[in-house]
Amino acid sequence: MDTIYEIVKADRLNDDTYVFTIKSETIAKKARAGQIVHIKCGEETTAFLRRPFSICSVDKEEGTVDIAFQIRGKGTKLLSEFAEGNTIDVMGPLGQGFSLYPKHKKIIVVGGGIGIFPLLQLLKDHPAEHKRAILGFRSKDRVILEDSFKNSCDELIITTDDGSIGRKCFVTDALKEEIEKDPPDMVFFCGPTIMMKVGVGILKDYDIPCQVSLEQRMGCGIGACLTCVCKEKKDEDWDYVQVCKRGPVFDGNDIIFD
Amino acid sequence: MNNDINLKVNIAGLELKNPVIAASGTFGFGREYSRYFDLNALGGISVKGLTLKPRKGNPPPRIAETPMGILNSVGLQNPGIETFIEKEIPFLRKFDTAIIANASGNSLEDYERIVEMLSDSDIDAIELNLSCPNVKEGCMVFGTSAQGINTVVSRVKKLAKKPLIVKLTPNVTDIAEMAKAAEAAGADSVSLINTLLGMAIDAKTRRPVLGNVTGGLSGPAVKPVALRMVYEVSKAVSIPVIGMGGISNGTDAVEFLLAGASAVMVGTAGFVDPMAWVNTVEGIKAYMQENNVSSVTELIGGLIV
Repeated sequence: MDTIYEIVKADRLNDDTYVFTIKSETIAKKARAGQIVHIKCGEETTAFLRRPFSICSVDKEEGTVDIAFQIRGKGTKLLSEFAEGNTIDVMGPLGQGFSLYPKHKKIIVVGGGIGIFPLLQLLKDHPAEHKRAILGFRSKDRVILEDSFKNSCDELIITTDDGSIGRKCFVTDALKEEIEKDPPDMVFFCGPTIMMKVGVGILKDYDIPCQVSLEQRMGCGIGACLTCVCKEKKDEDWDYVQVCKRGPVFDGNDIIFD
Repeated sequence: MNNDINLKVNIAGLELKNPVIAASGTFGFGREYSRYFDLNALGGISVKGLTLKPRKGNPPPRIAETPMGILNSVGLQNPGIETFIEKEIPFLRKFDTAIIANASGNSLEDYERIVEMLSDSDIDAIELNLSCPNVKEGCMVFGTSAQGINTVVSRVKKLAKKPLIVKLTPNVTDIAEMAKAAEAAGADSVSLINTLLGMAIDAKTRRPVLGNVTGGLSGPAVKPVALRMVYEVSKAVSIPVIGMGGISNGTDAVEFLLAGASAVMVGTAGFVDPMAWVNTVEGIKAYMQENNVSSVTELIGGLIV
């Protein structure tokens, strides 16, 4: 099993957010928007487990994948210390990515904070005729990848908590207005659980389908250890299913957000 | 030169082609890891802990990283014994590796019924789980007293038509006493250690990290404790001992064999490196070659004190 690849580019987006370009023909060839890679950020003694990251963008010709991350804890801190030219241990691509249906002519992607990353490749890959992106950040200085998103969609709406740039509202408020203006055929969410819970609720009222990309503390990354679970509806009941294997992307209406 | 090396071990009539078994709860029913390596490389697979009825398990988060290890609080999520027999055994039987069914119950009657059902199914051995720390009923409730172990083991032994391995918890004062109780009640083998009960707290949020508050500790962090317990138990009983706890490579495995284990289980290490099981087998072989050991059985209990 080959998992050692080179970091060919390591960029810093702001004080604690990074984008790494990893050279891997194997991963790039298979990777689909919304899938994850499972990365060894440290040693047995420093960060025992791998950490999952959404694939942010893929260059199939160059054979590279980009991951973006924010320093959140021990693992991501260690990861941030990798430099261009270093090798890194990456398993993937893993899990189920977004489902892209050609019949959907109009789509909206909704992301919050570091949840925006997997939505970039989705926008690039989706065959829809009209694509809107609604991205929410804390404030102006937290806005990242603005140009990349602008170049990958028809309309970019930025919201901030403090109104320092874009609109001062929640992404879900902006989503509601966009639906009223021109209802989409499908909406994709990635971000904080509360944002997705509210978003899925709104879409239910309009009877518009949606997909959500979930996050959970993960072990093996391939479905064996049963630690990274979420609640998925099953008939009249529900089951805990693995986010790493059955997700991270799910049909928004199949998930029970606690 | 490999031809001279004999990796075969025998656990109470259960012959394993090599002493490396996938530990219960870390390997599902083998399907996921079968995409990473040939399961034929394993001496055996102890499957995800089974119960009579399907179990949903505990609320997430179910895993927390700790220094050189992890805490888990999965809580025996499994599809139930019927689904296992119907769907998982036929899959596992495609491989030339021993199938060990790890079984739990909420009550004595549950343990009896599940052992009966497994005895009539196409598996090679039963691992009686008296040690899961993440469920409220059964399991560790029985496994933390010699009396409890004696009661369950002697009752199920009458029904067991397969080798009966009793998995012990380290969350006791004297694990050798527990092993002796299992042996006296008819266990064919004991496996140890299950996870050490622990917890993790997020100081920022002032909340426990795990949804279930407490969980079981595994990984390299527990290895010294596990080695000591395997050493004590193998001296106290005459039935074969299966050792586990923090094994990541061949050298770790050899240490457990020297401490008295007849076979080893590898689990948590595989979460980081899916090749950990195969590498452990290869590492044992390499050690034997370097040290002119022709049969792995020569290592069992070979500790020089």
